[in-house]
Amino acid sequence: MTDIIRTENLTFAYPADEGQQPHTALDGVDLTIERGSFVAVLGHNGSGKSTLAKHMNAVLLPGGGKVYVDGMDTSNEDLLLEVRSRVGMVFQNPDNQIVANVVEEDVAFGPENLGVPTAEIRQRVDSALKAVGMEAFMLHAPHHLSGGQKQRVAIAGVIAMEPQCIVLDESTAMLDPLGRREVLDTVRRLNREKGITIVLITHHMDEAAMAGRVVVMDNGKVVMDGPPREILVRMEELRAIGLDVPHTVELLHGLREDGFDVPLDAMSIQECAAAICEAL
Amino acid sequence: MLKDITLGQFFPGNTLAHKLDPRTKIILVVLYIVALFCARFFVSYGLVALLLVMSVKVSGVHPKALVKGLKPILFIICFTAVLNLLYTPGEALVSFWVFTITREGILQAFFMVLRLTMLIMGTFLLTYTTSPIALTDGLETLLNPLKKLHVPVHELAMIMSIALRFIPTLIEETDKIMSAQKARGADFESGNLFQRAKALVPILVPLFISAFRRADELAVAMECRCYHGGGGRTKLHVLRYAARDYFVLTGFAAVLGGVLVLAHFGL
Ligand SMILES: Nc1ncnc2c1ncn2[C@@H]1O[C@H](COP(=O)(O)OP(=O)(O)OP(=O)(O)O)[C@@H](O)[C@H]1O
Ligand SMILES: [Mg+2]
Repeated sequence: MTDIIRTENLTFAYPADEGQQPHTALDGVDLTIERGSFVAVLGHNGSGKSTLAKHMNAVLLPGGGKVYVDGMDTSNEDLLLEVRSRVGMVFQNPDNQIVANVVEEDVAFGPENLGVPTAEIRQRVDSALKAVGMEAFMLHAPHHLSGGQKQRVAIAGVIAMEPQCIVLDESTAMLDPLGRREVLDTVRRLNREKGITIVLITHHMDEAAMAGRVVVMDNGKVVMDGPPREILVRMEELRAIGLDVPHTVELLHGLREDGFDVPLDAMSIQECAAAICEAL
Repeated sequence: MLKDITLGQFFPGNTLAHKLDPRTKIILVVLYIVALFCARFFVSYGLVALLLVMSVKVSGVHPKALVKGLKPILFIICFTAVLNLLYTPGEALVSFWVFTITREGILQAFFMVLRLTMLIMGTFLLTYTTSPIALTDGLETLLNPLKKLHVPVHELAMIMSIALRFIPTLIEETDKIMSAQKARGADFESGNLFQRAKALVPILVPLFISAFRRADELAVAMECRCYHGGGGRTKLHVLRYAARDYFVLTGFAAVLGGVLVLAHFGL
């Protein structure tokens, strides 16, 4: 089986206030996330990204359709812990997901809940902290850490459950550029070296550009799906649903309109610079 | 300014008092308090005081830190002292207006003050030498048998440790909100008590809203990490009694025994 997450015609509506129509947050989402892939999910505010993310580890259950994690139906209550230990979640605000007073205790929280034997918890905590480069902070109090460091601790807490997939819901949104760098480097390394599937929900186009695949959501539906080079260059379509394009794409678009012969899909700054040099 | 507040004060260290199992220390404090309340007269009080002095010495905690801890309850101590001094019947020494000071009254007041001070110092010694997590952990394990009576021991311990975790975060937030409101011209320092209390409303409202939002997000994050109550949980740090725990426990129990015997003979 190559898919870690599969949704089939997934629909979901949050219960509405009295006298109002329930608002459909997800409207027939068919999505397959391949094992070991790095997928970015883009979408305007309220397009349903977080709602989709919460379906990936059974925090929300489908209103209609099905979600399978590693072949397991998430609506099967007996498999709940199994599903949640396979797909870990990292949220936006680092302060609101750290449970314990000491970094190592926090990382141990997941395995403790899973009933992992003490000796093995120790090993998992050590290797998880090493994987995010926070082993030196093992005995520190989380509230003394920087935002990026807290987010890395949160990631370590997820890794300690030995998941196959990590979903990051705008986990870099509250961080400064340095913190963002730390977190992105960490997840990219985990993806490369440990083969952990990454689903990165983000507003930053440059983050989406580094993914292997980009999924664009609008109004509860998946409207675009493909490699970043194909998706992120569709400037008009993206703008129409309230999204930006990477600065490089914008620049190349402008140059093209002025009659320069440049490719549009030069995503990184280096590529973009090279393309411009060539055109001159 | 709020950041200077330290709660659940803990002085890290590597002494015997720090190394003891938290459960042992909680039991020791209970034994100590029982001994304190059983003490009758100079000899038995002296024995308990000796125990306290030795414990402080071993813990390496500066006595000044213990005395400082008495400040908030200074009023209560004085109040009880005065009451005992004035209202204990017995052999009159001095009398003025409607009050009579008796020999028994002086003794009673003295012992009462001694008892309260030593009580506070003993419990502070526990929190000074035990980290809040270890304390919660110890309490949870000690109270475990109560689970049979459907007391939600695990849940209570969890609440306590999450509260401890969020105190610094909320203090920081209060600080930020206060600065924000000050920047808008709020005034927290002048006016009478009523006006000051009213000035706190614009701080408390956003603080509460944010705390509820945090609680909501934390609950989801905990669920995502497979939290499902106390059943089937294991621990990174398992509490284990060592030889030193039995040794110290026996010592304290012996002192309690001694106090009981002395008190029985009115000493
Ligand atoms: N708890 C809730 N109760 C009711 N409606 C909700 C709730 N959470 C989200 N919604 C609604 O569902 C829709 C999708 O929300 P969702 O949070 O999934 O969007 P999002 O893409 O994550 O947005 P953002 O970029 O702001 O995080 C929105 O219209 C939102 O108003
Ligand atoms: Mg969201």
